[in-house]
Amino acid sequence: MTTLASPFTSALRPFVALARTELLRLLRNRALLVPALLLPIIFFSLWGLPNARYTLGGVNAGRYMLVSYAAYSLISTALFGFGVAVAAERASGWWRQLQITPAPPALIFGAKITASLVMGLLSVLALCLFAGLVGHIWLGAADLGGVLLRLLPGMVPFALLGLTLGLLAPPDAAGGVANLVALPMLFASGIFVPLDTAPDFIRSLAPYLPAYHFGQLGWTAIGAKPAGAEWTHWVWLAGYAAVFLLTSLWAARRSEMRR
Amino acid sequence: MNTGLINNVVCFEGVSVRFGAVSALDNLNLELRGGELSALLGPNGAGKTTALRLLLGLTRPSQGTVRVLGGDPRRSEARRGVGAMLQDISLPPNLSVLELLRLYAALYPAPLSVNRALELSGLSDQATSRASRLSGGQQRRLSFALAVIGNPELLLLDEPTVAMDVQGRAAFWHGIAELRSGGCTVLLTTHLLEEVDRAADRVIVLSRGVIVADAAPGSVRARVGLSRVRFSSRLDAAHWHTITLPGDVLEGGPAGQFSIRTRQPEALVRAALDLDPALSDLEVSRASLEDAFLSLTGPDQAPTGALA
Repeated sequence: MTTLASPFTSALRPFVALARTELLRLLRNRALLVPALLLPIIFFSLWGLPNARYTLGGVNAGRYMLVSYAAYSLISTALFGFGVAVAAERASGWWRQLQITPAPPALIFGAKITASLVMGLLSVLALCLFAGLVGHIWLGAADLGGVLLRLLPGMVPFALLGLTLGLLAPPDAAGGVANLVALPMLFASGIFVPLDTAPDFIRSLAPYLPAYHFGQLGWTAIGAKPAGAEWTHWVWLAGYAAVFLLTSLWAARRSEMRR
Repeated sequence: MNTGLINNVVCFEGVSVRFGAVSALDNLNLELRGGELSALLGPNGAGKTTALRLLLGLTRPSQGTVRVLGGDPRRSEARRGVGAMLQDISLPPNLSVLELLRLYAALYPAPLSVNRALELSGLSDQATSRASRLSGGQQRRLSFALAVIGNPELLLLDEPTVAMDVQGRAAFWHGIAELRSGGCTVLLTTHLLEEVDRAADRVIVLSRGVIVADAAPGSVRARVGLSRVRFSSRLDAAHWHTITLPGDVLEGGPAGQFSIRTRQPEALVRAALDLDPALSDLEVSRASLEDAFLSLTGPDQAPTGALA
């Protein structure tokens, strides 16, 4: 019993402490917190609220776009709150300061990912509260639960993509590079603007992008017309997660050799 | 707490580290025994920081093996008994001293209390300050507090007293003494040879990645066998060069003050008085550790500005 329990409990205490610290840092970082909380709300006000009386993908367009901007918020939290933050820490020496402790790198990463998840959850809740109070668009507990259940684990490939970019780009350029990758991908996946209004070549490109499958998981969770079986979206996201895991391992080794 | 003080806490076996064509360490063999305080000295670029990075698993040896507390330092388990203070660390600006210490305490299996770490580093009054609001010296003390809170068996300190003021330094050495009374082994690098002379059991001098001396501070001085002869004279340096023996080093100070490092002070003094009977302020002293250090690492690579 004790032999089984001890490795778990001995990893739990450092994990909780690391995750708590990382969350505290995210919440105190105004340069990150303000855009993460406000931008989804602003975008939703500009595109979601005016279209709330239409129908999109077989469901109310307001609800549909509420899920879109929740997806946007989670993708940017994974990319910036995690990937780019790791890059900044690599430059500042804080990462090295943690590396010399007995905490294994996997535990440090796990704690950072957990903190990003909590942060993403907070920004989605803020958006939902805004949509409900201002636009009278309430997702309902069951739908919200269904969306979060799919989108929170779906953040993994984006966190790993952010990590790869953070490790490859020069530390002060990582934010810009991540934006350069994220913005076109979000447009081409139907997250910012519904794909129905997009040109043909984008519509044919979309099914190859991770953000498209991420969005599909969210929209179908509130009853939108599915584009393919749910498991195919999971397979795409898992595939991208595997690819970005390999690229981030490669990038980590590369940055270690450079030092 | 320390099982077996005779056991080697640190062991380098034929370790070489090469960065491209540059060799940072060349076939290093070194063992540190439990409870020792050793100082790693050497000019900039001699391989001191590389040696510490190897012990922390931050650098991989190109050749040879490094053992720390019996384990491979690249494995995180081996770092449970190791605390370290590195150079060029910037701590997260939006966390307080207390929050950082609590985090670190949770990362080690048997940590000191947060209050004890604050006490050892002399930071009790700054516990609730944000790390970014601390002065340079206080940040170094926080770095020291983070190094010791894990209750380490081995403490690795890279230039620990740089940027500390006189009180900071005093608090630091007091903290080190308390940790050592608990059996902690300490390896530090520093440019302040005065401190080493006072506190270290053992001095290891590195030059170009090779150990050139490894002994107690007193015997490093004795083995070099140097004395320093100082005097004032109206004659110029060219005259004084005529009486120096091979190996002697003449330095001319301002206003006709001279200083000669020599192995034969008696002969030198006799010759000096013959050359200039009017010479004054004559003073003969045992060489300092700094003199020994300069002689060991050679004048061609002595860091002039660094030996403050």
